[in-house]
Amino acid sequence: MSLTSTSAVDPAVRFEPALMRRKLSGTVFYGLCVMAVGILLLALVMLLADVLVRGLPWLDWDFMTGGPSRRPANAGILPALVGSLMVGIIVGVVTFPVGIAAAIYLNEYASDSWVNRVLQTNISNLAGVPSIIYGILGLAVFVRLMELGSTILSAGLTLTLLILPVVIIASIEALRAVPNAQREGAYALGATRWQMVRGSVLPAASPGIMTGIILAMARAIGEAAPLILIGAFAFVTFLPNPFTGSYTVLPIQIYDWARRPQDDFAGIAAAAIIVILVLMLVLNALALILRARLSRHIQW
Amino acid sequence: MNTQLSEAPARDPSTDGGGPAIRLAGMARDHAAPETLGEPEYVVELKDVSCYYGAFRAVRNVDIKVARNSITALIGPSGCGKSTLLRTINRMNDLVPSYRSEGSILLDGQDLSSKSVDPVAVRRRVGMVFQKPNPFPKTVWENVAFGPKINGYKGDLHELVETSLRRAALWDDVKDKLQQSGMALSGGQQQRLCIARTIAVNPEVILMDEPCSALDPRSTLQIEELMAELKKEYTIVIVTHNMQQAARASDTTVFMTMGEDRAGFVVETAPTVDIFTNPKNQLTEDYVSGRFG
Amino acid sequence: MTSVPVPLTRRRPRSERVIETLLFLSAALGVLTTAGIVLVLVFQTLEFFQVVSPVEFFTGTRWSAGIRPYAWGVLPLVSGTILVATIAMIVAVPVGLLAAVLLSDYASPRVRATVKPLLETIAGIPTIVLGFFAVNFLAPQVLIPILGKQNIGTFSALSGGIIVGLLVTPLIASISDDAMRAVPRGMREGAYAMGATKFEVIRKVVFPAAISGIMASIILAASRAIGETMIVSLAVGDKPQLTFDPTESVQTMTAFIAQIAIGETAQGSVQFKALFAVAATLLVFTLVLNLLSGWVVRRFRTEY
Repeated sequence: MSLTSTSAVDPAVRFEPALMRRKLSGTVFYGLCVMAVGILLLALVMLLADVLVRGLPWLDWDFMTGGPSRRPANAGILPALVGSLMVGIIVGVVTFPVGIAAAIYLNEYASDSWVNRVLQTNISNLAGVPSIIYGILGLAVFVRLMELGSTILSAGLTLTLLILPVVIIASIEALRAVPNAQREGAYALGATRWQMVRGSVLPAASPGIMTGIILAMARAIGEAAPLILIGAFAFVTFLPNPFTGSYTVLPIQIYDWARRPQDDFAGIAAAAIIVILVLMLVLNALALILRARLSRHIQW
Repeated sequence: MNTQLSEAPARDPSTDGGGPAIRLAGMARDHAAPETLGEPEYVVELKDVSCYYGAFRAVRNVDIKVARNSITALIGPSGCGKSTLLRTINRMNDLVPSYRSEGSILLDGQDLSSKSVDPVAVRRRVGMVFQKPNPFPKTVWENVAFGPKINGYKGDLHELVETSLRRAALWDDVKDKLQQSGMALSGGQQQRLCIARTIAVNPEVILMDEPCSALDPRSTLQIEELMAELKKEYTIVIVTHNMQQAARASDTTVFMTMGEDRAGFVVETAPTVDIFTNPKNQLTEDYVSGRFG
Repeated sequence: MTSVPVPLTRRRPRSERVIETLLFLSAALGVLTTAGIVLVLVFQTLEFFQVVSPVEFFTGTRWSAGIRPYAWGVLPLVSGTILVATIAMIVAVPVGLLAAVLLSDYASPRVRATVKPLLETIAGIPTIVLGFFAVNFLAPQVLIPILGKQNIGTFSALSGGIIVGLLVTPLIASISDDAMRAVPRGMREGAYAMGATKFEVIRKVVFPAAISGIMASIILAASRAIGETMIVSLAVGDKPQLTFDPTESVQTMTAFIAQIAIGETAQGSVQFKALFAVAATLLVFTLVLNLLSGWVVRRFRTEY
């Protein structure tokens, strides 16, 4: 049945809609879209498969509890794993108060003055600075100026500076999502601004904020570039002390092994990758659980 | 709402016929009601049309005939399915995943609701103007040229754009700003731009879904005048909340309401004069006199 | 009428002001960070320029920090960076935009809710893992078999660029999807009502209407690609050369910084000072891109 080429009103106006051709190009385009997503998902699957096939044979108890070695068969990741966890904890502990405080100031206190606009623009620009530049800052400020040395503490503080902008932006989003009625409700009871924030806004925004902080911790644990400058590149056979002495972390350990030409080192690098991916997975799951628990009582 | 409906006392139509708020001044200038000319030519016929969103039946068993070169108004309370019905005529609701319709919709005798008919082809012949003016974020010229371009117009595009803008009574307003963004126009101008855009693809029927509800009274009047002009060449079906508008602008009025199951149905179809001065059904009477809805 | 006198003009308690000050200081930490970055880079770069002339640095076409005679022309590092980023964008822009369209206009809400987080997972993978994938899978098992051992090695701009592209594709897909979904339904319906096919609605209405967000996403992705370190220092190699041949091994600015930091370079040496000059150059590149993306958003924004 053809509804295409009639022109009832004005026969002079002639259309050749060529609907078949247009539909065909639409179908081709849809195919391309599906292909694009297919390629991305395929890459993800291939990556995981490649890592699992290479790494699983190496992944055993000795690998988890051993230190690095010149011989792949004897190598383990315990010092790097502990180093990564310590860095993650420092990042979380410092980011938690500072990130939330900054977000509260920018969303709940700051008036629309130029000072505050500068603060806000500055934070979004910082989010675009390459991570390795933070390493240079950390080297100059924490390692040298504050004389903390090439330690886990320096590494944690450097990564904190790196992820703070992301955490602040995510927390501001969470605070913005709290309806104004919540604030007015608290004010109507005679609360001061801080009482209002603490008692009303912050609990309501906590699921979003906590999720943001945990995901940022995951990002910090996976980050390697800045730590190259903070001296994480070491052959550490002992469990690190967070405040003194050299250390290493998982991504740097992987980097070290991945650069060696021997196949066996690729194997243990893949095994270490499995460990770090599992760590990420755990943190992401934690974020989801925490979000669900914290938002149980919130409904609007 | 239903209690209100049943408890509404009967009123004498002779005392408050059109209702104080309803003026019928414009109707005298229109052609005589269709049936006085004998059986008119019907462009669109809805036969036993029901509309569903998933399991919910939004409209049930509608029969409407739309005469060529007339304006048919669909009126009725909110949620009675007027817009759903209108968007069924150009298969717009095919875009809603859970939507389906039953019955048949004939355009010049062809059933356009059948699965074998391509909705894209239907929509060129049954144009639509929306509640909120929705010009594209392109120039005025590009807005009007959009439809003809995609539909493979063979002819002088500039001429067609000018003709369309003239027919939409917008040419004088925009002839010096054809290269400005269509979104920079005033609300009323935007809506006339959307009408110009619609007639540029030369449809037979133009559907209007509350085209004036976002406009001020002056722009509303301009659109109504434009409709009276357009019906010489096109057939118009308009959904409106505004009873005065239906009374002023339309030839035939279809009154819809909804039942206990919230499914909309047609209560009464009649020449507009009759609906507003001498409704046959008590529900219509209550509605047009402002006692309900 | 009498009223009980309530001290309505009471000053805010001290604790409130202390808290506000603490909150402000936290927010101001960002400014300190920025100031720190700028000061460190500027001072150290100036020190570098006392040893090496800025003219040589900015116009020289040879870079050799490891082997004598040393040469400090940054252009090979810049060209290496641009080459890798260009390859990344050639991959990421089409794939990311097509994926965005699928998410915004074709996928059902359920498919979208599954696929979008999966794509964002890719962006969350540690970049060192992606670098490992480039060296151990993409180069030896895909590129070398296709292009031939004599044409491409384990380390190439192509291998690293493709994987950097994989890293930033979800960024483009995710932001562009949001931008296209923000285009009102009414605008889509207006086009459908004139007999446009879905493809035409997307190509001629949705895409142009969302162009500011789409362009911003592309620029942000380019900025990420330029600043990416771990993938390139693993997969692209460390051979600074002024070439635009994607099968060659090159060195990017970030890879040079990593190379110097890993090596046993003495902190007062020219090499170490060069690190800061290169970092400053890198920062300027990304800063320009970030400012550009802000400008694009303001300039091309469509108000619906």
